[in-house]
Amino acid sequence: MNIDFTSTIPYIPYILQGIIITIQIAIVGAFFGSLIGFLFSLVSHRKNFLGATVRGFIDFFRGTPLIFQLSFFHYGLPQIFPGFLPTAFQTAMIIFSLNSSAYLAEILRAGIEAIDKGQIEAAKALGVSKFHTTIHIIIPQALRNVLPAIVNEFITLTKETSVASAIGVQEILRRQAIVTGTTYRPFEPLLLVGITYYVLIKILSILGKMVEKRLKYDSSSTTI
Amino acid sequence: MIQVAQLFKQFDKTEVLKDIHMTFEDGKTYAIIGSSGSGKSTFLRCLNGLEKPTSGSIVIDGVDIVKNEKELPKLRQHIGMVFQSFNLFEHKNATDNVTFALMKVKKISEDEAKKIALAKLKEVGCDHRATHFPHQLSGGEKQRVAIARALAMEPSVMLFDEPTSALDPEMTVEVLKVMKQLTHTGMTIIVVTHEMNFAKEVSDTVIYMDKGEIVEIGSPKEFFEETRTARARQFLANML
Repeated sequence: MNIDFTSTIPYIPYILQGIIITIQIAIVGAFFGSLIGFLFSLVSHRKNFLGATVRGFIDFFRGTPLIFQLSFFHYGLPQIFPGFLPTAFQTAMIIFSLNSSAYLAEILRAGIEAIDKGQIEAAKALGVSKFHTTIHIIIPQALRNVLPAIVNEFITLTKETSVASAIGVQEILRRQAIVTGTTYRPFEPLLLVGITYYVLIKILSILGKMVEKRLKYDSSSTTI
Repeated sequence: MIQVAQLFKQFDKTEVLKDIHMTFEDGKTYAIIGSSGSGKSTFLRCLNGLEKPTSGSIVIDGVDIVKNEKELPKLRQHIGMVFQSFNLFEHKNATDNVTFALMKVKKISEDEAKKIALAKLKEVGCDHRATHFPHQLSGGEKQRVAIARALAMEPSVMLFDEPTSALDPEMTVEVLKVMKQLTHTGMTIIVVTHEMNFAKEVSDTVIYMDKGEIVEIGSPKEFFEETRTARARQFLANML
């Protein structure tokens, strides 16, 4: 079997440093994606200009491939706006945020719609403001409803950061290609990359399970 | 006092309420009865603005809530409501269901709110369920917690929208017992119900509605024993 790590070993630290880039893009994407997605989920059903704009935005990001969005932003837009020159890393952070916001907005919307409307009426009847109802009644329940879907989205997001290699972001997959370019050995660095992704995703899904457990609301007492 | 005049409500083209006139006096108990689709729930929901009337006026303590929608959140603090499907906050335990509005609307401190909640839960006989979540409660307990939640706000009016329709007979009894206690507290109580016995024994005034109109108003004795209108007689005949 033609497996030999000797020529790859010196490059392992270089490849593994790409994890930092991968994680950075994933965290930025997840954070801003959640934030923007949350705001979108609150307005996307409205029958006004704002609602229509948000729906159009979501539709665009769900309706085109990620690699197109990255390329369009990184190579397409600078042609039209000459001063606009985002680095590949900046492009990745922005596009991953916007892309995941579109998916998270849809997920959260589903979570909100799954809430029994009677509770919202009950809050209204008690004189509770819309703001407090949204923050304390709607959001906690919507989150709980869709937590598995959100964790799933974060996992997808983390894996898809590999697509950023296509516009030259030096994340882990890109580094593998560079190493292979000098060593002429694709298998060994690819194996390393595969294992790294797997471990990363495993950690993420374990964290997700822990949060899910914590959010269950019947841990304190017994069922009758 | 709640004065309703020339109240109309339309859903698309269906007229649900047609020219309703009614005065609810303070401290009295009213039972609104009628078959399904008679508009009785819609009428009740108009009284705290959950349903917006098409036209007419509802004057509560001098404020017309049809014209002054901005006053609604404030007014609702004085009008408690209990729903057929309980509508408890599912992610909060019984105590927190009660304390929520106390803290967020009345701005009462958490400790104080908890004390009030426990007292109210005790009043409805659910203090032993204080830390239980809605899905761990029986239907009757859920409804009693919902009543405690409304009572904690110290309303002057309580609206009950078919509070026992989703309960089996045993649980209906527990809930009606709690409601009966409330009739002696000086609150105005308006109950939409199918429980003829409750209307007969507990209410001061029975309001019979049919097809969006108030057909007959009278004391329980008058209504059940000396029914004036043919429609009400027909309804009572079908109930028995």
